[in-house]
Amino acid sequence: MLIDWFTVIAQVINFLILVWLLKRFLYQPILGAIDAREKRIAAKIADADAKEAEAEKQRQAYQQKNEAFDQQRNTQMNEVLEAAKVERAQLLDATRQDAEDLRVRLEQALRNEQHSLNEELSRSTREEVFAIARKTLSDLADISLEQRMTEIFLDRLRELSTAQITELTSAFKKSSGTLLVRTAFALSAQQRAAIETAIGEMLGKEKQIEFDTLPGLVSGIELSADGRKIAWSIADYLGSLAQRVDDLLKNRSETEGPAPADMATITPEGVDHSGH
Amino acid sequence: MNLSPDNIIYWHMGFFKLNATIVFTWGLMLVLVLGSKMITRKLSTELQRSRWQNLLEMIVTGINQQIEEVGLKHPQKYLGFLGTLFLFVAMASLFTIVPGYEPPTGSLSTTAALAICVFVAVPMFGIEENGVGKYLRGYMKPTIIMLPFNIISEISRTLALAVRLFGNMMSGTMILAILLTITPFIFPIIMSALGLLTGMVQAYIFSILATVYIAAATRVRSTKPENGPEEATEDKTESVSRS
Repeated sequence: MLIDWFTVIAQVINFLILVWLLKRFLYQPILGAIDAREKRIAAKIADADAKEAEAEKQRQAYQQKNEAFDQQRNTQMNEVLEAAKVERAQLLDATRQDAEDLRVRLEQALRNEQHSLNEELSRSTREEVFAIARKTLSDLADISLEQRMTEIFLDRLRELSTAQITELTSAFKKSSGTLLVRTAFALSAQQRAAIETAIGEMLGKEKQIEFDTLPGLVSGIELSADGRKIAWSIADYLGSLAQRVDDLLKNRSETEGPAPADMATITPEGVDHSGH
Repeated sequence: MNLSPDNIIYWHMGFFKLNATIVFTWGLMLVLVLGSKMITRKLSTELQRSRWQNLLEMIVTGINQQIEEVGLKHPQKYLGFLGTLFLFVAMASLFTIVPGYEPPTGSLSTTAALAICVFVAVPMFGIEENGVGKYLRGYMKPTIIMLPFNIISEISRTLALAVRLFGNMMSGTMILAILLTITPFIFPIIMSALGLLTGMVQAYIFSILATVYIAAATRVRSTKPENGPEEATEDKTESVSRS
């Protein structure tokens, strides 16, 4: 008999035990491990997906930030450029103003210099004129310049109109101080006496007359009291001469041509009658 | 010369006896259980894992896949029974390379026991899946005339299952023994290697047939034939039966 029934039963039992044992020790642990691993992998993939999504979100956020930053930078750059432009314009204006001021100052300095030059010129011219006149007069008429000037001054005094004399008289009478005769040169005793006599005839003798010498006086001789003044002066001659010299120089510098030949004759003005 | 390891009796007391079949079965059980226990004691759920764990995972998932391919929808439910069938028969064949070893599957008692297990398991799984009434009505399909033929088919295929495995395993051992007496060198090694191959094929056939029977009991009887998979299952049954 090939089949032993006891063995069959035993083997059935053995097989069932083996099934139970293998289920317990082989299939369940292995399948559990596989499931756990698959779960882990799924979790990891999900995690990676989530991280990727997060990274993508952050990337977008950073991109937006970058764009905003660029925009802001451009705006600020434009602002700075604008400010620089304004600043540049202001600085240019300031520099222009400075240059203008400097130019004005230079012009002023030039004018001052010209003015002082003119004064110097007029003084030296006057002295020259005086020197020439003195020489000419002494050569031609054997009289001194001073004497002639005194005579002319006296002539002028005598030639004053009645209204002018009245005005002058009242003015000199009102004044409390003495009458002052100033000359650019020292007068001789004879000349002083002549002047005193002439003034006395005209204004009365009650006033004391003082004589003073001012070498820088432009006018040759002047009579002053209480702000009123009678003078003979060559200032006008000199002014006219200076004007002509200026014109001459100007014309020469403009045209570089020869100076005009005609010289206006110097005409003496009358009494310089001024007062305040 | 023993035709069956049943005849090698180590201990005897009345109805109870301890023959080589039972002893070698115990040995196989011990090896299988201890091996599994040792490997699964420190299982890794990480991506890194030991080679032994890898081997076991391959075997288990391979069996699982096979069961699924036959057409059982929840392979893990049947994995314990069908996987153990395969592993036991395969290990029994594999150990033939050990000198002095007698495969328990070379005993008709063992193969009959396994076939009886299958014979019982098929209706059990069928009833579990479909209920008693529905399962039993399956025997009367397509007509009631087919009832005796269905029953005969059920019994005969179980018998065939037992005898096929027994014949193959027994013949392998027998041929080896005979060849050893005729040509003691080289040739028995070739036959031994061939025997290993045959053993593996038999293990596969035995377990896949059991799977197909169970699949047929749970699916084919429960639902009307509707689509391809059923025919495929039948075809597979046919082709496997022929071998």
